[in-house]
Amino acid sequence: MTARRLVTLTMALLAAPAAMADIGSRIWATGGVTTIEGSAGGGLVPWAMLGSYASDEEWGSTLALSRAEVDDYTLSVTGAGLNWNNRLEITVARQTLDLDSLAFTLKDGFGLEQDELNQDIFGAKVRLVGDVLYNPWGQWSAGVQYKRQRDFTVPSAIGARDDSGTDVYVSGSKLFFAAVMDRNLLVNLTARATRANQGGLLGFGGDRNNSHEVMMEGSVGLFLNRQWLVGAEYRQKPDNLGFAAEDDWWDLFVAWVPDRRLAVTGALVNLGDVATLDDQQGLYLSLQGSF
Amino acid sequence: MANVNIKLLIATLLSGMMALVLGGCQSLNSKPDDSLYQQLGEREGIANVVEDLLYLIVDDERINQQFKGVDVAQFHDNLTDQLCELSGGPCTYTGREMRELHSDMAITDTQFNALAENLILSMEQNNIPTGAQNRLLKQLIPLYPDIRNL
Repeated sequence: MTARRLVTLTMALLAAPAAMADIGSRIWATGGVTTIEGSAGGGLVPWAMLGSYASDEEWGSTLALSRAEVDDYTLSVTGAGLNWNNRLEITVARQTLDLDSLAFTLKDGFGLEQDELNQDIFGAKVRLVGDVLYNPWGQWSAGVQYKRQRDFTVPSAIGARDDSGTDVYVSGSKLFFAAVMDRNLLVNLTARATRANQGGLLGFGGDRNNSHEVMMEGSVGLFLNRQWLVGAEYRQKPDNLGFAAEDDWWDLFVAWVPDRRLAVTGALVNLGDVATLDDQQGLYLSLQGSF
Repeated sequence: MANVNIKLLIATLLSGMMALVLGGCQSLNSKPDDSLYQQLGEREGIANVVEDLLYLIVDDERINQQFKGVDVAQFHDNLTDQLCELSGGPCTYTGREMRELHSDMAITDTQFNALAENLILSMEQNNIPTGAQNRLLKQLIPLYPDIRNL
């Protein structure tokens, strides 16, 4: 339903470029896309760039719908973001994880009747210094993500300590012009302090570790031209729960940014072992509209 | 197990890419050549890009005010010479120094982005290959602090 509405809206905007002159002035694709946590970045890793195309005298906003289907889970995300003057990004995201096969484990092992987990994420990111294109040292930003479980029964049963938590991160991004075969190369590095289990979907803290730990996340992307970006992301994860080991995440992505209004991202994702289910791999698709 | 191998592969690819980036910078510094100038279609090709850029600027509400009162013919000659020289061509830019030229204009990021966008669009209109566009932008980016007066 919502997906169809967004597609219709996006198509309408594409068809009426003259009416939308004030979409923002930053160069194509420099807003990144919307991560599964709502912040601007790739799919899994936030970047230092702020969402939308707002430059220093402009407002901008984004809407995104994303879906990751791995072997035993499906994650759906609806996200929205606001950008003021390319200085401050405010985002909200709602994640729904369909437990599919895990629902049986939970019923047999814990007597729990639950087939999905929901989480809300409120994010803010500030551009501290620099510019991803124009500064030789790139762009540096700091952000927070406040995450809140909507139903804590399952995470609590498997040993998570809290139903909410806050991630804090610092991110650096730099585009190297004509770097590889005269193509532009985008490099991102993020350090995140977190105690979230599986990004927060399995709660915060646990029996093995209950404090914030610093995790490294990175991505590289190569612009084939100004509309196509291909690359890879890697996200280190904590391992707080004795219930099941948690693995790092990675993906290989392709993003298509035909113009400022629309971005389509596809990826092969590998989430590793998730809550006792082995080697979760699958496809990720994300649609983003910028306004 | 396969998981570990793929991680290793990604790590190798990433470090390979970084080596290419660093290597690319070094080779560009050590041998100035005119291959970019050739890819842009020499001075005539550059002049065409600059002409289309001027048409785009005139229509662009974000920046056309900044160009009020500019001698268009002279601006066209100067910018063409400048891009020609930056791309390794046999030209000499004879206009004023960049920082001095822009010091009273209070150019914003929005306006700088608008000009960069119009330059890319005019290069696309003139069928300049992506690689040559990127190489020219790479030569222009160091002018950013002078133009923004930072």
